[in-house]
Amino acid sequence: MTDFADTVTLVLVFFGALMCFAAGVGLLRFPDVLARLHAATKPQIFGLIVICFDIVLSSPGIGTITMAVAIIVFQALTAPVSAHLVSRAAYRSGRFRPESLIRDDLAVRMASGDEASAGAAPGRGDGTGPDDASAGRPTD
Amino acid sequence: MTDTVFGMTMIVLICALFTAGAVAAVYRIIVGPALLDRVVATDVLIATVMCALGAEMAINHHTHTLPVLLVLAMFAVVGSISAARFLANQDDA
Repeated sequence: MTDFADTVTLVLVFFGALMCFAAGVGLLRFPDVLARLHAATKPQIFGLIVICFDIVLSSPGIGTITMAVAIIVFQALTAPVSAHLVSRAAYRSGRFRPESLIRDDLAVRMASGDEASAGAAPGRGDGTGPDDASAGRPTD
Repeated sequence: MTDTVFGMTMIVLICALFTAGAVAAVYRIIVGPALLDRVVATDVLIATVMCALGAEMAINHHTHTLPVLLVLAMFAVVGSISAARFLANQDDA
């Protein structure tokens, strides 16, 4: 039984390490900030969930389970916030390839001067504005 | 766990993968063309450190560094948020 638990622990840790390695490869190979952000989220959420599940399997107990759940919850709360702000800053500073986007609703809003009110007022920015029909998929 | 060939092989492989991911993140921090690339690479480096601490706990059957993981999960986001929020307009930082 101990050998089986140790084997499962090693395999789960290996998956977490594989996620970290994939993020490193994505950081080296992907061309712009948005693509690198896509690669960076893998160890932040999935790798950490696997590792925390692994810690619970390795040394089970109510304290360990509580701490692992708290770690996963806080990471899942904070990682999308930073990813959203980094991608927003990348879009605003133009550090992305426009040809890599299939649909770009924010450009239409920024061009029409509607972006500030879309961010401030609830009720707008829900995709029902008159300009959204022209921002659909390319028709060629 | 470390007394079998399978265990030692897996541990060496895990260490190699963590090291490769961390080195790639540090390389992107050093040569990254924009500030935002460095911010993303810093997030990856923090996530790699968290995963490595957790892996060490799981392999060695202790829970001494779980509070470190909790604090990192709660507050590691502050740096990237502040950098992305206030330095978004500096292209060549």
